[in-house]
Amino acid sequence: MIRFILTKLGLLIPTFLGVTLVAFSFIRMLPGDPVELLAGERGVSPERHAELMATLGFDKPLWEQYFSFLVGILHGDLGTSFSSKQPVLEEFFVRFPATIELATCAIIFAALIGLPAGIVAAVKRGSAFDHTLMGISLTGYSMPIFWWGLLLIILFSSPDMLNLTPVSGRISALFWVDTQTGFMLIDSLLSDEKGAFKSAAAHLVLPTIVLGTIPMAIIARQTRSAMLEILGEDYVRTAKAKGLSPFRIVGIHALRNALITVITVIGLQVGVLLAGAILTETIFSWPGIGKWMIDSISRRDYFAVQGGIVLIASIVMLVNLLVDFMYGLINPRILHRRS
Amino acid sequence: MSLLEIRNLSVEFETAHGLFRAVDSVDLEIDQGEMAAIVGESGSGKSVSMLALMGLLPWTARITADRMNFDGQDLLTISQKERRKIIGKDISMIFQEPMTSLNPCFTVGYQIMEVIKEHLGGTKKELEARAVELLGLVGIPAPESRLRAFPHQMSGGMNQRVMIAMMIACNPRLLIADEPTTALDVTIQAQILELLQDLQHKRGMALVLITHDMGVVAETAEVVNVQYAGQQVERQNVVDLFARPQHPYTHALLSALPERATGKRLPSIPGVVPGLLDRPTGCLFNPRCQFATDKCRSTPPALHSKVLCHYPLVDGKPTNNHPGVSSQGSSGQEALGGNV
Repeated sequence: MIRFILTKLGLLIPTFLGVTLVAFSFIRMLPGDPVELLAGERGVSPERHAELMATLGFDKPLWEQYFSFLVGILHGDLGTSFSSKQPVLEEFFVRFPATIELATCAIIFAALIGLPAGIVAAVKRGSAFDHTLMGISLTGYSMPIFWWGLLLIILFSSPDMLNLTPVSGRISALFWVDTQTGFMLIDSLLSDEKGAFKSAAAHLVLPTIVLGTIPMAIIARQTRSAMLEILGEDYVRTAKAKGLSPFRIVGIHALRNALITVITVIGLQVGVLLAGAILTETIFSWPGIGKWMIDSISRRDYFAVQGGIVLIASIVMLVNLLVDFMYGLINPRILHRRS
Repeated sequence: MSLLEIRNLSVEFETAHGLFRAVDSVDLEIDQGEMAAIVGESGSGKSVSMLALMGLLPWTARITADRMNFDGQDLLTISQKERRKIIGKDISMIFQEPMTSLNPCFTVGYQIMEVIKEHLGGTKKELEARAVELLGLVGIPAPESRLRAFPHQMSGGMNQRVMIAMMIACNPRLLIADEPTTALDVTIQAQILELLQDLQHKRGMALVLITHDMGVVAETAEVVNVQYAGQQVERQNVVDLFARPQHPYTHALLSALPERATGKRLPSIPGVVPGLLDRPTGCLFNPRCQFATDKCRSTPPALHSKVLCHYPLVDGKPTNNHPGVSSQGSSGQEALGGNV
């Protein structure tokens, strides 16, 4: 098991280096630079521009900048954002709980609906339910997030329509909730304000649905195909021959084997969620890292963008690592084969 | 009254090319403690008929029978829920592929205890003790430590023993073994067969052995059903079957045993079992039969005293006014091999 973990960790190092290189170079490929954008329409004299660039360290050769970026990472320092003058790491972790809260709700929503739907579709394959579900999930999978978000806002939030949910933010402005964990649902529960939790929950509903739609569609489809394959396996026939109930056969014998696929899919969706969060957070003015990244890119805040990308990528890599370990727990064959 | 009585069982599958009849009017009767074998090539419907009895066929299968009684219960009319109380407990089945028939995600102990818990119940301690006892009974060394092993950590032979332990856990009255040794080494085959015979004697269960190995039949069975292309072509007790095969197919199968071969070349039966698209008219065996006549090619035979043939053999020669009886003898086999 230890060797298994070490091998996996060793493989992460080149991936991580690649991410830093991509994060570092892509933002610099965009036209314009931070000083120009800070100056805005007033413009800035070439001398002053060069002077400011030098203070930020952008006059040095690129390889030197990249090297100091790497050294900074090793020291846990991702630089300071120009616009807020705050350390990037701090900026990131102030906003991160909001994104985590949204992403967690979205993945729970996606799994709670997608997983059972996929199982039922596989067991009743060819039925009307199966066809309907696969149709819906194809639609959900193809749905552009920004358009889907606007549709839902019009339907649920417009005063002329259902008028059920708020449109933007994490909580109504009527409440003031002290930040303790950074998770609004928990903080609002801990606070004395009456109705704060309800407001926070109501603000989560639409973003959760919008962000969870694509993962839900993918989870449903993948669960269905994994279950279809496994329901034809010999050991499922053995389980039937033992006289077990359909619930045990499908829910325990088949599902445990299908979970390998499903967990892989859910793990991969974490990356999709963080990417999707950028659009969703922008639509719903959700103060998370997605919105922060978009703002930083438009400000050419080099340190914030490269730091943010590296942090997000690290999280995705860690989740994938976690998924690898879970394989071993679910299906011991995988662990034994490698060690 | 016999323990299991099946009359006129047919199984049809819906396919893109219409209905395929995998099992065609098969009868089977087995008494308490009896050992029967079902013999035939691949595709002769041996497994399908037993899977139909167990209720393990996919939903595309259409099962019809005049009678299917087990221990006085009519298996045709009982609900799925009632059937689940019988299978795994009173009737159980072991399969051909031990490596894929056990669930890779659960320990051997869990899979054995699960079936006992389902049918007989018991505390965790009792279940564990019983599982250890069963593993010992099927000849697995150090059964206590094997409880926590996963199927992939054991050999095929060991897995088949686990499978047997699992399926005899609730003291079944009828055990169906579907080619239990086909996937195993020859030396292990003998051990597994011995184990099955031993368990059958000690526990007085009835055993149905599905096989294509005549050698296995000779060593184990009391009654033999020979199946061909879904039809039951002959049914005899084992001594008579080997001494006096009456159906040309049985005769050809026995001639193909290396022990019985007389010439330099091992005789074989030319051709293959007909599938969905190449079913002949008349007798289904006629394209491969060395005694086939025009009558065989046009008219399906009726059951002649437990033999499905127009001209049942006596001493290797066709009777019933077979037109070529004088000119063709048992040496016709090689001649036919050249024709096909």
